[in-house]
Amino acid sequence: MLPLADDALVLSHRLGEWAGHAPVLEEELALANIALDLLGHARALYSELGDEDELAYLREERAFRNCQLVEQANGDFARTMIRQLFFSAYQELLYTQLAALGHPLATKAVKECEYHRDHAEHWTLRLGDGTEESHARAQRATDSLWRFTGELFLPLGPGGPGGTPELDGPDLVGAVDWDALRRSWTDRVTGVLDAATLTVPTTEQHGAWAAGAGRQGLHTEPFGRMLAEMQHLHRSHPGASW
Amino acid sequence: MTSVLLGEGAHVAGSQADQLAAFDSAIAADERIEPRDWMPDDYRKTLVRQMAQHAHSEIIGMQPEANWITRAPSLRRKAILMAKVQDEAGHGLYLYSAAETLGTSREELLDKLHSGRQKYSSIFNYPTLTWADVGAIGWLVDGAAITNQVPICRCSYGPYARAMIRICKEESFHQRQGFELLLALSKGTEEQHAMAQDAVDRWWWPSLMMFGPPDDESAHSARSMGWKIKRHSNDELRQRFVDICVPQAEALGLTLPDPDLSWNEEREHWDFGPIDWEEFRQVLQGNGPCNEERISRRRQAHEEGAWVREAAAAYAAKKATKDHLPRDGGVRDGDKAEATVSAR
Repeated sequence: MLPLADDALVLSHRLGEWAGHAPVLEEELALANIALDLLGHARALYSELGDEDELAYLREERAFRNCQLVEQANGDFARTMIRQLFFSAYQELLYTQLAALGHPLATKAVKECEYHRDHAEHWTLRLGDGTEESHARAQRATDSLWRFTGELFLPLGPGGPGGTPELDGPDLVGAVDWDALRRSWTDRVTGVLDAATLTVPTTEQHGAWAAGAGRQGLHTEPFGRMLAEMQHLHRSHPGASW
Repeated sequence: MTSVLLGEGAHVAGSQADQLAAFDSAIAADERIEPRDWMPDDYRKTLVRQMAQHAHSEIIGMQPEANWITRAPSLRRKAILMAKVQDEAGHGLYLYSAAETLGTSREELLDKLHSGRQKYSSIFNYPTLTWADVGAIGWLVDGAAITNQVPICRCSYGPYARAMIRICKEESFHQRQGFELLLALSKGTEEQHAMAQDAVDRWWWPSLMMFGPPDDESAHSARSMGWKIKRHSNDELRQRFVDICVPQAEALGLTLPDPDLSWNEEREHWDFGPIDWEEFRQVLQGNGPCNEERISRRRQAHEEGAWVREAAAAYAAKKATKDHLPRDGGVRDGDKAEATVSAR
């Protein structure tokens, strides 16, 4: 479950960077709301594995196993929303499967994921089918983030890339049907992109380095800076409680 | 209060006097004025100004705290801080909506904020330099805000009073969280304790300034009290706040940076030292430590978001003429964002 916890933490952090910057007051609320939900998922998952703060604040870049998609910088609102579209569709489908396998957190979180996906879909439609400028920005975001989506469908769990049995817990994620997940995700996302009058990219989905790199602790450059900011205060006061 | 405007066949001559009399008696009887009721122009203007300033303060007030979201030292504290900043955006929304019942619009008010024609609370022009500042803001700044705002729950204008009831509940929660944050630091390591003390030292006096100028220099006070928009004077509320804070500081194990602070048996209040009103005036005039950054950042968010608001408006217009829903009908009703997004 560690990769899923890292996904949620890192994306939550990125969304938190929007506070005070959103294009409209309603989105200040929505983005903070989604960030909080994700932080809640991360905390619940970390707590199953050990101490949440130790896992979040005291691991270095190479030990983080989030996918590269979630660590991508916010960019403009279109880039943030397309990143949300890709990730929230994935998270909802994955958690739905995990819930069916009996994971208690996934059962609780799936409703939140549905809201996140719904929010991202609405914005994809508005931006894609809004003005010429918003269409161009949404298309640019889609094209540039597409390569990071392949990583989402690599099997997680002890058998997956970089899997470590002690941190992955019982082989629950191992029972996920990843091919079905990829098919549903592709249907869902391409359906929304089509409806938003955006062109579905036909380029590779292999990410930076290679597909699965983030899951093995191989990240993109901005990620280290993000972690430095996130961990600085905690690391400056070893052993302190807050 | 029933609207005298609707009285059919009322005499046109003398109706202004009748309306004013009805308004005055409603105020005297502690009745609520509602949006459709007649009200004096100055009452309307005063309320728009005060509610707008209040809404702007919530929005600008997100910045000093958001400054620490990405650096919060534990996941629990990070979640609390995110929730708080989210609440502030929500308070801004309530207050803009309440102000809109007086015939203005959020767009108009934001324009006035961005062009400097309307103000926000002077306190948000101070920087958050350490993590402890997040706690000091919760304890002192939210504490002062609550002391100011609880009486507004009984304000004569209904929509404002109702907004304040909701806001005060959340603010009290934030204030307790700020206190608890400072307590954890105060009882933590030596460095953490010093960090907490330093934050309180820097935020104490600016918090006292939040109550506004002394009573003998407060331009609009008397009139606002006559209209029951305000219920207590600036100095009364400031004294109440000091009386609340002194024992709380003791409980925190922190000192307040005022050598003149002493219990006055006769008044049964804490005496406190003189406030630096020159600093207050400087901050109000735009010369505080962060005035420039706060307003620039707000303008920038607004300008950079223009294309998003335009896209939402263009899409809504298209949707009004043809069906743009995805083929599988996966978009559900009641979408939170769509309901209220509006073009600039």
